[in-house]
Amino acid sequence: MQNWIDAYSWINIRFLLQGLGITILISVISVVLSFIFGSILGIIRYAKIPYFSKIIGFIIDVIRNLPLLLIIFFTYFGLPAFGFKPDTIPAAILAMTVFESMMIAEIIRSGILAVDVGQMEASRAMGMKMGQAMWHVVLPQAYKKMIPALVSQFISLIKDTSLATIIVVPELMQHGQVVYGQNPNYIIPVFVAMAIMYFVVCYALSLLSKVIDRRMA
Amino acid sequence: MKRFKYLALIITSLLLVLTLAGCGTQPLSSQNVLENDKKSNTITWGVKADQKLIGLIDVKDGKEKGFEIDLAKAITKKVLGKNGNAKFVTVTSQSRIPLLKNGNIDAIIATMSILPDRKKVIDFSDSYFDAGQSILVKKNSSIKSVKDLNGKTVTSAVGSNSVNNIQKIAPKARVLQLPDFAQALTALKSGQGEAMTTDNVILAGLAVENPDYKLVGGTFTTEPYGIGINKGQDDFRKAINKGLKEVIKDGTYNKLIMKWFGNVPGFDYKEVLRK
Amino acid sequence: MIKLLVDNWSAFISGFGWTVLSSLLALFFSLIIGSLFAILEVMPSKVARVIGNVYVEVFRNIPLLVITMFFYLVIPLYVVKINGFTAGTIGLTIYTSAFIAETVRSGINSVDDGQMEAARAQGMTFWQAMKNVVLPQAFKLVIPPLGNQFINLVKNSSVLAFVAGFDLMYQGNAIASTTFETVNTYVVVGLFYLVITLPISYYMQHLERKLA
Repeated sequence: MQNWIDAYSWINIRFLLQGLGITILISVISVVLSFIFGSILGIIRYAKIPYFSKIIGFIIDVIRNLPLLLIIFFTYFGLPAFGFKPDTIPAAILAMTVFESMMIAEIIRSGILAVDVGQMEASRAMGMKMGQAMWHVVLPQAYKKMIPALVSQFISLIKDTSLATIIVVPELMQHGQVVYGQNPNYIIPVFVAMAIMYFVVCYALSLLSKVIDRRMA
Repeated sequence: MKRFKYLALIITSLLLVLTLAGCGTQPLSSQNVLENDKKSNTITWGVKADQKLIGLIDVKDGKEKGFEIDLAKAITKKVLGKNGNAKFVTVTSQSRIPLLKNGNIDAIIATMSILPDRKKVIDFSDSYFDAGQSILVKKNSSIKSVKDLNGKTVTSAVGSNSVNNIQKIAPKARVLQLPDFAQALTALKSGQGEAMTTDNVILAGLAVENPDYKLVGGTFTTEPYGIGINKGQDDFRKAINKGLKEVIKDGTYNKLIMKWFGNVPGFDYKEVLRK
Repeated sequence: MIKLLVDNWSAFISGFGWTVLSSLLALFFSLIIGSLFAILEVMPSKVARVIGNVYVEVFRNIPLLVITMFFYLVIPLYVVKINGFTAGTIGLTIYTSAFIAETVRSGINSVDDGQMEAARAQGMTFWQAMKNVVLPQAFKLVIPPLGNQFINLVKNSSVLAFVAGFDLMYQGNAIASTTFETVNTYVVVGLFYLVITLPISYYMQHLERKLA
C-alpha cells in the first residue's frame, strides 16, 4: 500500500534535504537575531526602568503565551496591511525571531537573576558603572549558566520551523508535502524520513550542548 | 493602587493591539496592477504546489508544473508580450485570498471556483476551466452518490468550498478539513472518513496513483474556475480576460488540456475542451 | 471584530472547549508517563536507564507536528481507528511527557543522594524510597517548570488544527476562510489563548518569586 522504495528515490531524498537546508538556514538566522534582541529585551526587563520595563515585560508575556502558529499568521497575513510584504522565508524568519526573542529574553532575565546579587553590588562598590558591571561581571556568568537552556531553545526553534509550512515556506515539512503530493502512497515513508532528519540535527545539537556543559563545569 | 496601574496597562495594551488589528481591514492601496506589471514585465501568480496535474513542484528541478502553471505562462505572454515573465508564489486554499488582498500576488490561478461569497471580496476573470464537485470512495464502498453521504464522515481540505457544498447537499454528513488534499486522501485511506470530496479534476489527479479508489456519482455541482484578481483592478482583469480568449482561440488551451488530462482514468477530457 | 466574535461565538467557544479539554487530558497523562520515564532514567538498572533515555531523546528531538501526523495517519491504518482529537491529544501527551520526564529527572537529581541512601539503609525498597522520600521533594522543586510545560502544552495544542481536531485554531482557520477576515479572526483566537496562558504564566512567576 505504502510505496517505500520509490518514495526513497535519490531525487525525493535530495528534495527533502534541500528543505532541511532551508530549515537550518531559517533556524540559524533566527537564533542569532533573537539572541541579540532577546538579550536586549531581557536586560531592559531586568533593569526595572519605570513604566518602560513594565510595558516591555507585558509585551514579552503576551507574545510568549501565544501559539507560534498565530505569530506566523500575523506576520504573513497581518503585516502587509502596514505596507510591509515579506516573502515566505523572510516572513518565517521574522515570526521565529519575534517569538524566540521573547523566549530568550525570559531565559536571559532569569539567568541574570541567578547570578549572585552580591557580585553586582561588589562591582558597583569598586567603582564600575551599572553597564560596565553588567557587561564585564554579570553577563559572562549569566550566559555560562544559560547555555543548556539556550541550546534547548535553539532545538525548539528548529522543530518549530515545521509550523511555517502553513504559509508554504519551502522548508523540510513543506518539501515533504510536495513529495507526497506526487503520490499519496509516499506519505508515511516521507513522514518517517522527516522525523529522522529532524532527529539527527536536533540530537546532534543536544549532544554538543552536553559536551560544552561538561567542559565548562 | 499598584494593582490598578497594572490593570490599566493591560487594558491599554489590549486596546492598542485591537486598533492595530483594525487597520488590517482597510482596503488595499489603489495602485494599478496592470501598469506595475508592465513596468516590471512580470505577473506574479499564486499557484498550487501540491496538486498533481494542476500545480505541483517538480522535485527534480524545484519548478512548478501543471495545467494551471502552463496556462498562467500562456496568458502572461499574451498580456505582456513574448518576453513577459510569469513569477509563481505557492499558495494553499487557505492562504490564497489573504495573499491576493495583501498584494503579495497579482492573480490567483489555483483551482478556485467563482462563488458569490468570494465575489464580495475579490473579482474574477472569465472561467478558464469547468470542474465539478465529486466524491472519491474505496472500490467496494456502498456509497454510490452524494445522497449516501448523510451520516457518513467525509474528508476535504481547509478553505475549499467543497465543505460548504456538502453541508448544503448532505447536511447530515460530518466533514473533516485537513490541511491539504493529499492528507485528506491519506485520512480517507486510514479510515478517518468513508469518502473524500472536492472537485473532480483534483480527485482524478489523486486517483491516478491509487487504483483502489474511484470517483462515483458524477459531478453534483458545477465549479467554474476563475482567476482571482483584486477589486478595483478593472484594467488588469480586462487584460487577463483578453489574454485568456486569445489562448483559447489559437488552440493553445486545448493542447494544454490534452497534455495534462488526456490520459486520466475517470476523467473525460473532451468535456472540458473549448472552441 | 465584535461582530465576528458574536457571529461565530459558538464555533469559538466549542474550539476553546476542545483546546482546554485536550490540554488537560494531555497534562494528566504526560505527568504520569513523564514521571515514570524520569524514574526509569535514575534507576540502578542499566537497561531501564537506556529505555528511559531513548524515549526522552527521541520524542524531544522530533517536531510535535511530525509525531501528531504520524498518529493521525499511521495508527488508524494498521492498529485502531482514532479521530483527529484523540490522535492530536496522544501526540501532545507523548511529546510533552518527554519534556516532563526531563524536568522531573532534574528534580530528582537535585534531591540529595544521601536521602535515598538513608531511606534504603532503613530497609525501604527503591520504589518505597522513591515514592515516600524523593518524589515529594522533587515535585515541589519542579512545580514552576511544570507550569511552564503546561503553558507550552496549551500553545502546542494548536497542532490539532493540522489533524482536524476541532480545537480553537481549527475553528479559527475555518472562520477565517469563510469570512475572509483573516487578521481579525486570528486576533480573537489569540485572545482566547491568552485567557488560558497569561494567568498561569503570571501565577508561575509569582510562585517562582515566592520560592526564590
